[in-house]
Amino acid sequence: MDDYVIEMLHITKTFPGIKANDDITLQLRRGEIHALLGENGAGKSTLMSVLFGLYQPDSGEIHKDGKLVKINNPNDANALHIGMVHQHFKLVEVFSVLDNIILGAEDTKFGLLHKEEARKKVEMLSRRYNLMVDPDALVEDISVGMQQRVEILKMLYRDNEILILDEPTAVLTPQEIEELIQIMKGFAAEGKSILFITHKLNEIMAVADRCTVLRKGKYMGTVDIKDTTKEELSRMMVGRDVSFTVDKKASEPGETVLSVRNVTVPSKLHNNNAVKNVSFDVRAGEIVCLAGIEGNGQTEFVQALTGLEKTSGGSITLCGKDITHATIRKRALTGMSHVPEDRHKHGLVLDYTLEENMVLQRYFEPEFQKFGFIRKKKVRSYAQNLIERFDVRSGQGPLTIVRAMSGGNQQKAIVGREIDRGTSLLVAVQPTRGLDVGAIEYIHKQLVDVRDGGGAVLLVSLELEEVMSVSDRILVMYEGEIVGEFDPKQTTVQELGLYMAGARKQPQFADAAYIKKEGGDRQ
Amino acid sequence: MKRRILSGLNTILAALICVFIGLLLGFIILVVFSWSSLASKGDPYTFGKVIEQAWSLGFQRILLGGFYQLNWKIPPGNQALRSEIAKVAPLLLCGLSVGFAFKTGLFNIGAAGQYTIGAFGAYVFALVLGMPWWVCLIASMLFGAVWGAIPGFFKAYFNINEVITSIMFNWIGLYMANTIMYGNGSGVMYNALESKNWKLSIKNPGAIIPDLDVDSSIKFADKSTFVKAFTNPATIGVFIAIAVAIVVFIILNKTVFGYELKACGYSKTAAKYAGINEKRNIILSMAIAGALAGLGAGLYYLTGTEQWNPQENKALPAMGFDGISVALLASSNPIGTIFSAIFKSHIATGGPKMEKTLFPSEIADVISGAIIYLCAFMLLFKNKLAKLLGRLFLSGDAPKGGVK
Ligand SMILES: Nc1ncnc2c1ncn2[C@@H]1O[C@H](COP(=O)(O)OP(=O)(O)OP(=O)(O)O)[C@@H](O)[C@H]1O
Ligand SMILES: [Mg+2]
Repeated sequence: MDDYVIEMLHITKTFPGIKANDDITLQLRRGEIHALLGENGAGKSTLMSVLFGLYQPDSGEIHKDGKLVKINNPNDANALHIGMVHQHFKLVEVFSVLDNIILGAEDTKFGLLHKEEARKKVEMLSRRYNLMVDPDALVEDISVGMQQRVEILKMLYRDNEILILDEPTAVLTPQEIEELIQIMKGFAAEGKSILFITHKLNEIMAVADRCTVLRKGKYMGTVDIKDTTKEELSRMMVGRDVSFTVDKKASEPGETVLSVRNVTVPSKLHNNNAVKNVSFDVRAGEIVCLAGIEGNGQTEFVQALTGLEKTSGGSITLCGKDITHATIRKRALTGMSHVPEDRHKHGLVLDYTLEENMVLQRYFEPEFQKFGFIRKKKVRSYAQNLIERFDVRSGQGPLTIVRAMSGGNQQKAIVGREIDRGTSLLVAVQPTRGLDVGAIEYIHKQLVDVRDGGGAVLLVSLELEEVMSVSDRILVMYEGEIVGEFDPKQTTVQELGLYMAGARKQPQFADAAYIKKEGGDRQ
Repeated sequence: MKRRILSGLNTILAALICVFIGLLLGFIILVVFSWSSLASKGDPYTFGKVIEQAWSLGFQRILLGGFYQLNWKIPPGNQALRSEIAKVAPLLLCGLSVGFAFKTGLFNIGAAGQYTIGAFGAYVFALVLGMPWWVCLIASMLFGAVWGAIPGFFKAYFNINEVITSIMFNWIGLYMANTIMYGNGSGVMYNALESKNWKLSIKNPGAIIPDLDVDSSIKFADKSTFVKAFTNPATIGVFIAIAVAIVVFIILNKTVFGYELKACGYSKTAAKYAGINEKRNIILSMAIAGALAGLGAGLYYLTGTEQWNPQENKALPAMGFDGISVALLASSNPIGTIFSAIFKSHIATGGPKMEKTLFPSEIADVISGAIIYLCAFMLLFKNKLAKLLGRLFLSGDAPKGGVK
């Protein structure tokens, strides 16, 4: 007989308008890494939240070590040594790393906090598992990668044996993902059991022992990874074959839409500039990708480009108009749309409904307002249309509060909204973050359609696979500077990697004050 | 749609439960007082008698409010009711002020100061400049708006918490207004004989909000009857206040402006991303909140029901703080605020009607205090209630806000 630590049997969970989990059974063996795969909104996070005590199932049972248990809240889960890292982290931003780790499991002596022992334990754990964190840094100042490590340390600190990781890799760089995979393997070798949600099939193939697939809330089956392939998994999940390559014809760049000259952006973390003297053009009908390892100035550059932060030098011209110091609204009206990096912070008003969010950049247009009154009917039908086109799944359609939607569907809503604005320039930062393979295929196709329709696309992505398959031109950024320009058809991932790591620099970028020559002689 | 109604129903039910428990608590306190008074007299008493006394000499009068010993015919007989109605307008407007700011993500604890400055503005225009009532009303709004906008400005441009600035501006406003109005005892606004501000009816009757004068148009049997009670200046204030509540509701829920304000309230970063000018909105929102509170003062003091007393009013007017409880009880919903303001005014009027030798009139305050506390727990009720209602009428339970 198999040695199951956790068995979730016939779990059903309903939300208003939707059966998020419909009779799902999941059995987790001791010491295994068990992947959970499914489309956006398939019910993965919901199932894990049931196990962690955040939701009560309508029916179904949970067994731990063969015994029936009732998990009413996360404290119960903790007592059973179940820990969870959520899809969207739940850390207190203004607390230090150490305080976040011990929060809720504080050691007290005579009612006073006793932090020294906690610190020792955290240091011991982070050494042992190679999870480097700075215990005294404030969470708001550290990178997402480190936040992730903090979340993992939180589970270890509580001596959890069953670790739930909900899309831990969506926000990580390829390097960090590699590290995380090693860490997970280490846990499994020690006998800890891991439930691992991801949309990236490569990761499943690399790390998981078995994989359970869900589709629209239903259980599709559990397979052994060694007997399966990526293609088979994606077929099981989506119900059709998914193409992993992007079909597109050669780009036919037209006029210059965006022209960036010597842009410099100060850094918030250090005294140096985060972006130094960056110059490039994006023309109509091409997809230019800004590639690089996270933290090399891409985020700051995009924030300056879109007006979220200020530049300290240089100029930005959009459609022939100088927008260097323009307001965000002005930029939008001049012809810029923006899929932001952080969907919860910028992309959505989480407590607004889906339809209200769909017009977040357009509510003031005559189509959606009359004499200052919102035209609810127009908003509704517009939202409905976008929801159908981009397959945004939710419980109550346009009236769903966005907070209650699955992460991937939130992302689809933003991408759909921004693409549909049909502006001259689309700035898309990690547009497919957290999307399932089917949705990624669709969004990539949409990006190519934007390009073919004469739009300019500036894509910022950390995923080399995406960079190579979608873009027409690649600019590599390293330490705030552009160090190379490539045609994806004539370069390799390895070559890009060398530039991204700062090992090489193309000669024309050696001079920091490089200004692009007139005309496109580099085609 | 059904779900919308249900969620609204749920909010109302939660508020009613708060009210009910608050009242129950008040009654229990009255019973304790009643018991201790009977016990201290040494007379034999029964449990029934204790309850009876707490009810008839105390609780019943709170519940009756202005209707206690109501007599339409004789003017003093309907005094209480008139004052109850007169107080609804300022309460409602202060409630709207707090609620409006709250919906846009700001905590306007400065309603008291804005109310004071609003009263001051009304008096300046009525007594010093001799303006007609409607000008005075507008003045009270503008004065209040300025007083609200200043903390808004500090918040928008220097990121100074509006709670701190508005508390400071409460006191600055109070002392400034009082000093100017008192004018060393001989100001144009201060009547040394009554040691209060001048009665508008003496100095400038035109500044008193006119009554509807329904009496002359409708042939009603008796002049000082029911109709009269509802058409005196104070009560017109109520109608204005209710109209304002509806306007606020429409602004928040139907307009582009409201969409922007609420977006700022829910997520400042997302509002910024959407190109909404959040600095302008913070200032505007505080200015509107201030205007509402100021108008509340105008609607009260321009009725002539009561005069401001610069020497006695050394504490901030309670109206501003009662506005917080009124808004809380209504979950900041402008329409709900109408009802919570009426309720608050009702029990506040009833409090002093209790048998003074037995029960302190502050019991009414205890009741509203308890209700505020309960409102803070309202969310808890709401989730449980939502589940219950959901189970009764729909399948599945309601979304939990914070959990994704
Ligand atoms: N708190 C909630 N209230 C209402 N509906 C919810 C809630 N949480 C999830 N849902 C709905 O349940 C469905 C499943 O959501 P869930 O978050 O489990 O998806 P998921 O498989 O994790 O998707 P993703 O890959 O996009 O993260 C979605 O349609 C979502 O709209
Ligand atoms: Mg999820």
